[in-house]
Amino acid sequence: MRHIISVLLENESGALSRVAGLFSARGYNIELLTVGPTQDPSLSRMTIVTSGSDEIVEQILKQLNKLIEVVKVLLLTEKEHVERELLLVKVMAQGAMRDEIIRLTEIFRGHIVDVTETCYTVEVTGDGEKIKAFLRTLPTADIQEVVRTGVAAIARGETTWRLP
Amino acid sequence: MELTGAQIVVQALIQEGVIDIFGYPGGAVLDLYDALDQQDAIRHVLVRHEQGAVHAADGYARASGRTGVALVTSGPGVTNAVTGIATAYMDSIPLVVLSGQVPTRVIGSDAFQEVDAVGITRPCVKHNFLVKDVAELAVTIKKAFHIAGSGRPGPVLVDIPKDVSQAKRRFVYPKEIELRSYRPVTRGHPGQIRRALQLMLTARRPVLYTGGGVILDRAAAELTELARLLGFPVTNTLMGLGGFPGTDPLFLGMLGMHGTYEANMAMHEADVVVAIGARFDDRVVGNVSKFCPRAKIIHMDIDPASISKTVKVDVPIVGSVKLVLSDMLTLLHQSGRRPDGEALAAWWAAIEGWRSADCLRYDRHSAVIKPQQVIEQLYQLSNGEAIVTSDVGQHQMWAAQFYKFDRPNRWINSGGLGTMGFGLPAAIGAKLACPDDQVICVTGEASIIMCIQELSTALQYQVPITVVNLNNRYMGMVRQWQEFFYAKRYAMSYMAALPDFVKLAESFGHVGFQVKEPEQLRATLEQALAMRDRLVFVDVLTDPTENVYPMIPTGAGHNEMILV
Repeated sequence: MRHIISVLLENESGALSRVAGLFSARGYNIELLTVGPTQDPSLSRMTIVTSGSDEIVEQILKQLNKLIEVVKVLLLTEKEHVERELLLVKVMAQGAMRDEIIRLTEIFRGHIVDVTETCYTVEVTGDGEKIKAFLRTLPTADIQEVVRTGVAAIARGETTWRLP
Repeated sequence: MELTGAQIVVQALIQEGVIDIFGYPGGAVLDLYDALDQQDAIRHVLVRHEQGAVHAADGYARASGRTGVALVTSGPGVTNAVTGIATAYMDSIPLVVLSGQVPTRVIGSDAFQEVDAVGITRPCVKHNFLVKDVAELAVTIKKAFHIAGSGRPGPVLVDIPKDVSQAKRRFVYPKEIELRSYRPVTRGHPGQIRRALQLMLTARRPVLYTGGGVILDRAAAELTELARLLGFPVTNTLMGLGGFPGTDPLFLGMLGMHGTYEANMAMHEADVVVAIGARFDDRVVGNVSKFCPRAKIIHMDIDPASISKTVKVDVPIVGSVKLVLSDMLTLLHQSGRRPDGEALAAWWAAIEGWRSADCLRYDRHSAVIKPQQVIEQLYQLSNGEAIVTSDVGQHQMWAAQFYKFDRPNRWINSGGLGTMGFGLPAAIGAKLACPDDQVICVTGEASIIMCIQELSTALQYQVPITVVNLNNRYMGMVRQWQEFFYAKRYAMSYMAALPDFVKLAESFGHVGFQVKEPEQLRATLEQALAMRDRLVFVDVLTDPTENVYPMIPTGAGHNEMILV
């Protein structure tokens, strides 16, 4: 099963490699990983997309909690949440396709962020399914380069994740 | 007054109550050695290889219950130390390892004797630090000792670049340290403790299965009281020996791959298994699908990640086993309840039946010396009171089976990592920690060679230990597996070209004896153990064909043991 794990950790050099090292040493999957600063400059927030049985995910949560620099761990897929990825795709745009790609981009509420005589660079955000769907609408042969971020995810509602 | 970083390290160690450290100098730690040289509070023990430094600090920690400290230089100093660090990590031993590093300005430039110490040790430490600023040095050492010794203990490495140990700063050592990201649980959940006790009181076939956590948390007294109050049988893991008196009638011996028949059969037939400070290691559990098929499992452990890691647990209790056991004892005393005497009597009758199989029997009239006999005699001649360290292999299993440890911190071996070479430096560390105790290193001719250089350390510091080498001319455990599972093809397990161990010991300045005949064994061991003022190396030529029994083969259940 797919799971999203949010991790608050001390913003210290080496913390990221501890998390990555834990996953590789114990044979857990990392499908996607993003990390960035939070409103508290001493903390980073990491969002990990992983997959595994309930037992494995339970172990992942415990092992993450065991890392000294990890302050909090949350299984977001247990809660209602919002998740977003960002896609940048460079696609050939010539002839009739120049208008077609603009229409497709609008349907997916994306933006064209760079234009040349022969190609567009399109930005689309959404969950993984939406990104995949958008890429499927583009002619495969015209896709020149695909860049995707990992997932940024947050719980819905007023509950926030603060430190004690 | 400002101190150099090196002086700050020394002062911090003094503040932590450190009196002995084990190490080896080198370029990146010259300042630290210079600072150590100018004080008297800390004794530095010079080993002959950095692996020996960490094993000695580890043996020191296991014997004394205090955090061990090692000091190594950058580059090869650190890489040599890694085996020792991993050994301590697997057995949850509190260590602080200080390593030198190249100056901060050249980190990352492949400088002379540079390795990424933090990167190399990351998977085998509880935590590690690279100190880039002298202002952080004292507080980092405080954190290192705090992390190493609390919760589930483990080794912590502090990597100190040379310019940091040369820089100056006023020394302020924090009294207490709070880490918002590290707050190990101590007290167990009262509701869970109550549920566990309820289950234990209604058990008809209970077993207490206890591990190294009991020793690390100094919980032997609480465990013993609980077991005796309830009349429950107790089995120990390899790491847990001494956590419950080995001579107590309630004791079933060690469990697992080379555990006793009665311990393993009791586990297999139990209806309630109480795991206390034990982690369901694969050498204990064997085949998970056949493990304790009829039992509800209670698990007390300080480390939440140990719970339900390999075996699903019914009643988990996260907390210090000492506190959990003492809370449980309080409840038990208050309630006045006791388990069903009739059911227990029937359970003990079954256990006595398994016991009568006498699974540790061996040929006592053999014309060649049997290794089991050596351990039995050591046990008798030392009145069961020695600190025994071991290396890894058959001799380790025989020592665990035949030396009955009545007290904790007496049995010192590399259980998790299985590090050959551990025994001698660990014995040196243990003896320096407990100078009044008799220390015996039980080893084999393959293991001892792996850290033999430490005989030199033992001479320099006059460390009078007894090394007993069970010399069967084979890597015995490898040979045993080849005999059982590889159609007796003994690939590379014969120890050709062995040294003359008597001359070897003598060349290091010690006393060496060799025993070949069973009739000479007792007198020689007696003589060796009586020489309490110097290291004695006893080379005992034992039966090369002897195997460790009983044995649970890989993939089998506890009820499928190979008996003699």
